[in-house]
Amino acid sequence: MIIAERKPVNEIVEMVKDAKRVLVLGCRGCVSVCSAGGEREVELLSSLIRLGKQKQGQKAEVIGATLVRQCDKEYVDEIDQWQGRYDAIVSMACGVGVNFIANLRPNDQVFPAVNTTSFGGSAEQGVWSEQCAGCGDCVLHLTGGLCPVARCAKSLMNGPCGGSVEGRCEIHQEVPCIWQFIHERLNRFERRQDLERVAPIRDWRSAGHGGPRKTVRDDLTV
Amino acid sequence: MAFTPDIQVFCCHYTSQQALAEGPEGLAADGFPANATINRLVCGGKLKVSSLLAAFEQGADGVCVIGCRPDECHNLMGSQRAARRVLAVKKALEELEVEPERVAMFHLERGFHPEFVRVTQEMNEKLQQLGPSPFKGEKR
Repeated sequence: MIIAERKPVNEIVEMVKDAKRVLVLGCRGCVSVCSAGGEREVELLSSLIRLGKQKQGQKAEVIGATLVRQCDKEYVDEIDQWQGRYDAIVSMACGVGVNFIANLRPNDQVFPAVNTTSFGGSAEQGVWSEQCAGCGDCVLHLTGGLCPVARCAKSLMNGPCGGSVEGRCEIHQEVPCIWQFIHERLNRFERRQDLERVAPIRDWRSAGHGGPRKTVRDDLTV
Repeated sequence: MAFTPDIQVFCCHYTSQQALAEGPEGLAADGFPANATINRLVCGGKLKVSSLLAAFEQGADGVCVIGCRPDECHNLMGSQRAARRVLAVKKALEELEVEPERVAMFHLERGFHPEFVRVTQEMNEKLQQLGPSPFKGEKR
């Protein structure tokens, strides 16, 4: 899922300083699962914005609502039901949601309530860790299912580097050396030779270095 | 004129059981502040961050949460969960540049205990020093 975390409240209050009516809009997708922008977080942020405004001696009307997703036009169109009742939208979705609202609603001001941090999973309750960099050219079939792009601090394609000590990364003791894990896993399956293959220099255009990426499925377009 | 803070006390069924059995007059006789309002929960684990924030929105100058001792909670983890939610509110108050001391968690033995009254008195004194909640927009 896409992992996000709420921005500091003061930053958000500053964004909407000129708005008397604010629509705080959550998303039931990824940000709901990682507890950054679902219904519960909308309730809390609405309260915090009201408190922030109260502290500045201002009154604000804050509506809290949550869409099924903010990355599909049909769901973003549901914002029509609050038309005329807000001066600004604070989106608690990932950056995709904020962009979609900006794309689809040229006359609405939209502000981000979260920082979109990574693609990851829940390592344990309350902890999320990055697992994928979305680089557009997966090498997981060669690396035992473990991603060196996202999980090696240097995104090495031929690790480990000289800084790996007893399976730990040199940037921090808490960070496992993913290349150590990759070697151990491939050894377990007797597939060390996968790493001996000479690979061409990586083409990073698929990772966004070639401009914004777009996926088109002819079988689905209408 | 001395400032009288509005204190909202959130406490679990078990820690407040004997205190509530005293009744309002009994509690007052024991020194429980008249400006403190008890909000009873079935368990500290049911406490919501949004309820604590709502208390501030509705005019509380401070919020006091009382739960079982961490290793003696009737429902095992309830008071630990409440403590984490209190920490979340402290953090939110700090973000809004408001004194985090306006919300506090106390872990007490179950049943009536003079400490139940004592911690609310402590909270009362602390809030008198801090003055009115900045969310009220009053002069401090």
